[in-house]
Amino acid sequence: MTPNTISSTTEPASTPAEFRTAVASQAFDKMIVFEDVSKFYGEVLGVNRVNLQIVPGITSLVGPNGSGKTTLMNLMTGLLKPTSGRISVLGTSPSHPETVFQKLGYCSQFDSFPHGATARGFIEFYLRVHGFTTQESTELTHQALERVSMLEAADSKISGFSKGMRQRVRLAQSIAHNPSVLVLDEPLNGLDPMARAEIIRLFRQLADAGMYLIISSHILHEVDMMSDSVVLLHNGYIVAEGEVHGVRDEIDEHPIQILIRCDRPQILAARLFEHEHTVEARIHDDRQGLFVKTRRPDDLYLLLNKVITEHALRVESVAPVDDDLNAVYQYLITSDGGQG
Amino acid sequence: MESTFENDEQPAAGSANRGSSWSLWMRQTLAIMGLEIKKNFLSRRAFLLYLIAGSPLVLLSMLALFPPPTDDMENFSQLGMVYAGIYGGLILRTLIFFGCAWVFMNLFRGEVVDRSLHYYFLAPVRREVLLIGKYLSGLIATIVLFSLTTAGSMLILYFWLYPTESRGFFFQGAGGGQLFTYVGVTILACIGYGAVFLIVGLFFRNPIIPGLLLYGWEWINFLLPPLLKKVSVIHYLQSLVPVHMSEGPFAVLAEPTPAWISVPSLLLFTGVVLFLASLHIRRVEISYAGD
Repeated sequence: MTPNTISSTTEPASTPAEFRTAVASQAFDKMIVFEDVSKFYGEVLGVNRVNLQIVPGITSLVGPNGSGKTTLMNLMTGLLKPTSGRISVLGTSPSHPETVFQKLGYCSQFDSFPHGATARGFIEFYLRVHGFTTQESTELTHQALERVSMLEAADSKISGFSKGMRQRVRLAQSIAHNPSVLVLDEPLNGLDPMARAEIIRLFRQLADAGMYLIISSHILHEVDMMSDSVVLLHNGYIVAEGEVHGVRDEIDEHPIQILIRCDRPQILAARLFEHEHTVEARIHDDRQGLFVKTRRPDDLYLLLNKVITEHALRVESVAPVDDDLNAVYQYLITSDGGQG
Repeated sequence: MESTFENDEQPAAGSANRGSSWSLWMRQTLAIMGLEIKKNFLSRRAFLLYLIAGSPLVLLSMLALFPPPTDDMENFSQLGMVYAGIYGGLILRTLIFFGCAWVFMNLFRGEVVDRSLHYYFLAPVRREVLLIGKYLSGLIATIVLFSLTTAGSMLILYFWLYPTESRGFFFQGAGGGQLFTYVGVTILACIGYGAVFLIVGLFFRNPIIPGLLLYGWEWINFLLPPLLKKVSVIHYLQSLVPVHMSEGPFAVLAEPTPAWISVPSLLLFTGVVLFLASLHIRRVEISYAGD
């Protein structure tokens, strides 16, 4: 995978004029299109001169923190206005929320909910704001909660939920009105390995049904598992875009570091070292967590489930750590005369 | 930023049965009001509103614990002036002003602080509809509470001091009319101040300073030349109260604006402010950073 030259589902156009010609030749109401889009926060660059066409399937926006992933998503959903350029979501401008959000759902990273809301009440309410009747809202809410396996906790207050449960409620809310475009900002954050696998399966089902899923992630192995194509961002620029297999080779070369917050990390460390792909295990300074480097995170997650069950460990969170990703980026954006 | 790719009439597979625009907007407005009214009355933020609205009732009720000071207030007709002072100085200029500031500034600013505004912005609802829904919910909360404050404090004051005379005053005399006029002024105050504070909350990240500046402007209204008096909400409201009290030796006197001008002027002013707010809200971005 080299910057802007990888095999691509949408051959990148090198200039805005070429891009416009390329877009005009295709049915733009079947794509999400960024045309020469820039966003500046005052003098700070958000994204610069982005030209992008997104087709059905799972497209991952990948990049380290501050690379412009969330900015692109917020632009696509109208939460931010572009400083210059144009955006179209299946033929509709994001500046018309009354139209665009009939076909778009956005699961943002903002981890906040109305005070005192239950999962069911929260989703139902926003469906009513969509214009659905009470009965339709009730049915759609039930379906959405079922899809994310949250029916049992549906009537509990969200304030008592774990981070993963809150994430699933937000996900349910974003898919409840059956949109054809789903924008998901770090949707797997805070989920345990089982829930991650389940949610990735759901994404796959939705994509196979013809939906557009735009997912941001800084976890390359997740991108590898679920994406049809990737857009690699760095410092507000698209440095590469295309099909996912180009990223896969790079991931295999670079171990991923995972932080597992738990009690008795020493037990976990001892067991995880039995795993042949574990490169390193280091106990956190506060002795309430373990850093593990592995080349096969999926295998590690399976083993982790086993160890948790066997030793009745109390696991608070399992989350990949950024550093390794940055290393891969550095590699990706500087190799082959890259733009890093 | 308008797109050249506009195709906004394209229906979406998963969209609601939207019906005509008006019926959809009505449903959406009612849905928004449902939640917002609940928040205005039952959230933690509502506590301060109850405190503001309830304070004159509590204070006047406490007076009932003591025998009426009939020596100081032998003339029943003085009560009209006393209440005019309480209403104009305390209820209208201070309590309704700050109550409206609290409720209407928080309609959007509060959601930004709570980081929950994006849920509304991510729904297929025109932002103008959202603005109207929120404004009406704020209006209902403030009108209900401050009308009770206005009527309650007047009734407590009168019936505490002169229960017998007050019965006649309210049921056969001018009292009923005065009461309704005061409540009417309260409703207009909520409408006018509500619109002002809604737009202040939309435009300013920290609306306290503009709120205090407005408070100062409304307070010094009696010192302003007649032309400048008209650039305020309080001037029109004061013109409508049934009993006019003296504004002191330093007041610049000006003819009260007649009701047939005051009421439409306030409503027109409110309409203009809401129109400007609706233009602005279409351009509002959400980043939450720094809020």
